[in-house]
Amino acid sequence: MTLHHKQEDKPNQSKSSDKASGPMSGQVFDVVVVGAGVVGCAIARRFTLEGAQVAVVEKATDILDGASKANSAILHTGFDAPTGSVEVSCIREGYREYLEIHNNLALPLENSGAYVVAWNDNEVAALEAIVGQGHANGIADVSIIDTVELRRKEPELSQQALAAVAVPGESIIDPWSAPYAYLRQSLLNGGEVFLSCEVTGGNFDGQKWQLQTTHGTLNTRHVINCAGLYGDLLDRKILGSSDFDIKPRKGQFVVYDKAAAKLVNSIILPVPTGRTKGVVVCRTVFGNVLVGPTAEDQESRSDACTDEDALRALIASGTSKVPALENMPVTAVYAGLRPATEYKDYQIDAKPKRNWITVGGIRSTGLSGALGIARYVFKLYSDLGSKHAPVHSPKNPKAAALAQNMQRDWQRKNHGDVICHCELVTEREIQQALSGPLEARSLSGLKRQTRVTMGRCQGFYCSARLTELTEGHFDTPLSYEIGKSGRDHD
Amino acid sequence: MTDQNFPSTEQFDVVVIGGGPAGLSAATQLKRQGVANVIVLEREPDAGGIPRHCGHFGFGMREFKRILTGPQYAAKLVKEALRAGVAIHTSTTVVEANEHGTLRVATKQGVRKINARRIIYATGIRETPRSARLISGCRPLGVMNTGALQSMIYLKNRKPFKHPVIVGTELVSFSAIMTCRHANIKPVAMIDELPHVTARWPSSLFPRLVGVPLHLETRLVRIIGEKQVSAVVVENAEGQRRELKCDGIILTGKFTPEASLGRSGHLAVDPATGGPVVDQYGRCSDPVYFATGNVLRPVETAGWCWNEGRQTASWVKDDLAGKLSGSEAHLRIGIKSPVIKYVVPQQISVPDLSTGMENLQLRFMQRARGELIARNASGDFMKWQLRVAPERRVLIPISDLGLTAQTHIQNNNDEIELCFKQSPQ
Ligand SMILES: Cc1cc2nc3c(=O)[nH]c(=O)nc-3n(C[C@H](O)[C@H](O)[C@H](O)COP(=O)(O)OP(=O)(O)OC[C@H]3O[C@@H](n4cnc5c(N)ncnc54)[C@H](O)[C@@H]3O)c2cc1C
Ligand SMILES: Cc1cc2nc3c(=O)[nH]c(=O)nc-3n(C[C@H](O)[C@H](O)[C@H](O)COP(=O)(O)OP(=O)(O)OC[C@H]3O[C@@H](n4cnc5c(N)ncnc54)[C@H](O)[C@@H]3O)c2cc1C
Repeated sequence: MTLHHKQEDKPNQSKSSDKASGPMSGQVFDVVVVGAGVVGCAIARRFTLEGAQVAVVEKATDILDGASKANSAILHTGFDAPTGSVEVSCIREGYREYLEIHNNLALPLENSGAYVVAWNDNEVAALEAIVGQGHANGIADVSIIDTVELRRKEPELSQQALAAVAVPGESIIDPWSAPYAYLRQSLLNGGEVFLSCEVTGGNFDGQKWQLQTTHGTLNTRHVINCAGLYGDLLDRKILGSSDFDIKPRKGQFVVYDKAAAKLVNSIILPVPTGRTKGVVVCRTVFGNVLVGPTAEDQESRSDACTDEDALRALIASGTSKVPALENMPVTAVYAGLRPATEYKDYQIDAKPKRNWITVGGIRSTGLSGALGIARYVFKLYSDLGSKHAPVHSPKNPKAAALAQNMQRDWQRKNHGDVICHCELVTEREIQQALSGPLEARSLSGLKRQTRVTMGRCQGFYCSARLTELTEGHFDTPLSYEIGKSGRDHD
Repeated sequence: MTDQNFPSTEQFDVVVIGGGPAGLSAATQLKRQGVANVIVLEREPDAGGIPRHCGHFGFGMREFKRILTGPQYAAKLVKEALRAGVAIHTSTTVVEANEHGTLRVATKQGVRKINARRIIYATGIRETPRSARLISGCRPLGVMNTGALQSMIYLKNRKPFKHPVIVGTELVSFSAIMTCRHANIKPVAMIDELPHVTARWPSSLFPRLVGVPLHLETRLVRIIGEKQVSAVVVENAEGQRRELKCDGIILTGKFTPEASLGRSGHLAVDPATGGPVVDQYGRCSDPVYFATGNVLRPVETAGWCWNEGRQTASWVKDDLAGKLSGSEAHLRIGIKSPVIKYVVPQQISVPDLSTGMENLQLRFMQRARGELIARNASGDFMKWQLRVAPERRVLIPISDLGLTAQTHIQNNNDEIELCFKQSPQ
């Protein structure tokens, strides 16, 4: 088995869509993970470290193209998760492990803390129960604070705030560099990844699976379905039925200019409604402030459109909580889709007779829970009887330092040049993201890996240089040469 | 030659942030007037600012008595500056502007801290992107501002689409049409929510002349497309919606100062202009900093900014020599009308009114006819009859305010209010 992922093995490199007898037909993996969202990436890492032969299969050109594309980037403690749920145990375990590994993987962590703020008397009355639930979930430092204390911590918060629950452990992280690091660690220690490769079917012979993909067949002893927004469809297609239905729930966000970071120190949470965590005002590790998400049920599993009215409502909500946001420019807007189901809890289930584990319905806490989910799933897998020798002193990849409080590449020498002025992304960072097994093959992939064009000008200044730097790298190119034969035939 | 190697010096007389028309002309003029140690810091690989990628003619009349293309004009400004002895450092980004004239600068060789007696803030302007316009819909490739399109086409000889929709009818929107024509891009329509073209006649004739359908009172309501834009939904004044097939969207105009250095730092920002709050010298809330060019406000021509840069140079030179009056006592100029978009300067330092900008620069939100009124604590004291339209410059001589009159300058933080009384239609 190769240590590094071999380029020539990668299905998305085989331009002819040669089926069945593809380059991977000979090999039998211990585990194929379907889907490179944050959950799939964390599971690939855990199984690789435990010594299993793992392949991750992802249908998009770049990883994190589904639910994991867009979230609030909060590392939750689990203080408000349903007591006794699988979710709360995974979040707590995920939180613990993130704190343990983030230094080794050079991942950012800002322990900003959170305040669940009550804006009316009913909400004030609900605070006791929130503290109670936090304590029941094992988070001992959750407590009620009065407005004096709240104002001291958050001077720009509206005077309408009446009281709050302080949750000191809530933190902010980078929603993309973390899963990238998980998958990179898997690859560095023997795992493989197949991109632009969709699992379309499969047969189980009692011992192993033959998985059909858009680029050939994969042989594996076990399958872990981490297909996020498509988890029920995959189960239905290959197993014949699914234990749950995915009910996509959109969340839109407004991101404010970095200048707004002066206004908010922590995560300002509303008193939850039961259905969602509600609209959050929160700093990001990149130095912006975000307001969101909305919670909108929809049919489509891919439509992450934004809507002007919803965005204006978010701006109004943000401004009512932090009035000084009024004069702050909006930098970006985006939307993400939660893979919600008819159930509240995660839908993690092993099908022992078929060597299949479904990890579904990781609705709104997957970024926090991923490392814990991975351990939970590995336990289920071990219980099925598989044994491996864990990797001895595993290699640690180093994540690109993108968070504001890290030493960024532009602060070092020989970075080429600063290309994206708003986010201070260097040529060297872009070149790095355009190479290696997880090379960016779309602008959105490059954005997630480097933050290029994610700042206030949204590409006004750097698009031209970027289109040149990325030439030949993207499946959908940003531009093409003027007057060159073939494409410019008008 | 401009220089990417940063000098080892840490102390300068004047550092100019931004090597566009305003910054270059300010630096050139400072050198010509004998200020010793002047450098321009420019974050792009080449100085010249926005005109670098305006491939069309129309630059240089005021400055060089010749009609040049943007790139020719930019090159000429750089040449003049170098000839005057200005050091221009390209690929050099000012990342923080702090108190006491301290700047944090990113260069290819790493980060530097430098210090200047005066700093000229000349970072220009850009267009508002899709996100800040809150436009609904999917987020595919092919949505961009004119500036990005121009730099792709004129600097890199590449084009992103073939049949875009152009949103806006400002002057720059017509540059967008010209840019398209240069690359054999055929816009399918030009739309604006206003009932009239924003740019002056005869620009308004241009789309028809080159066969681009112009739809007024038409609003972009939704972007459609998975990977690349495939259509837009537009809505007319009657609320009727229809789909226009296209493969790109050029969002033109809606200019906003590139004033993030000041906003993230310590300089007061005027929400109306989006640029720094300045007095009649362009002096910011921290008197070490002087702003000039389009960072002051949206938006003026290159020639205007070039001239502004020259004037700023003389005020900065005077200030270095201790000849400029202080900024401690000033009158604020407030806007008390929803029709007035902004006024620059936002305050006037007193008592010396003999130098500095000659005019208040105003812009208006809508077409209107009426009376601009200046009011102070003792009532209305000056009136001007005006006909105004969006994005048209209105200049009011500061001398009209009669500010030498003691009444206005007794108290610091006195305010002059500008109101607008519309005439009945
Ligand atoms: C608005 C919003 C805010 C959130 N905020 C937070 C937060 O602050 N903190 C937190 O912890 N969590 C948060 N979350 C939740 C978190 O983002 C999700 O729980 C998590 O991303 C789910 O990841 P996943 O890996 O299960 O699914 P996905 O990311 O959807 O991954 C599934 C992957 O499988 C691929 N795939 C699907 N079908 C196939 C197939 N047949 N073959 C190959 N590949 C396939 C998809 O392309 C996709 O990449 C938020 C979510 C949203 C939407
Ligand atoms: C798309 C577009 C098209 C235009 N077309 C025309 C036209 O056709 N004719 C016309 O007369 N005017 C046009 N304008 C107006 C234009 O703003 C002026 O012509 C002129 O460029 C303004 O000069 P300036 O020096 O104020 O700003 P700019 O020309 O914008 O120069 C500012 C410079 O500062 C640099 N800079 C910014 N921040 C930093 C930093 N932190 N550190 C270092 N350097 C920095 C920038 O890279 C830039 O080079 C256009 C503007 C835009 C946006």
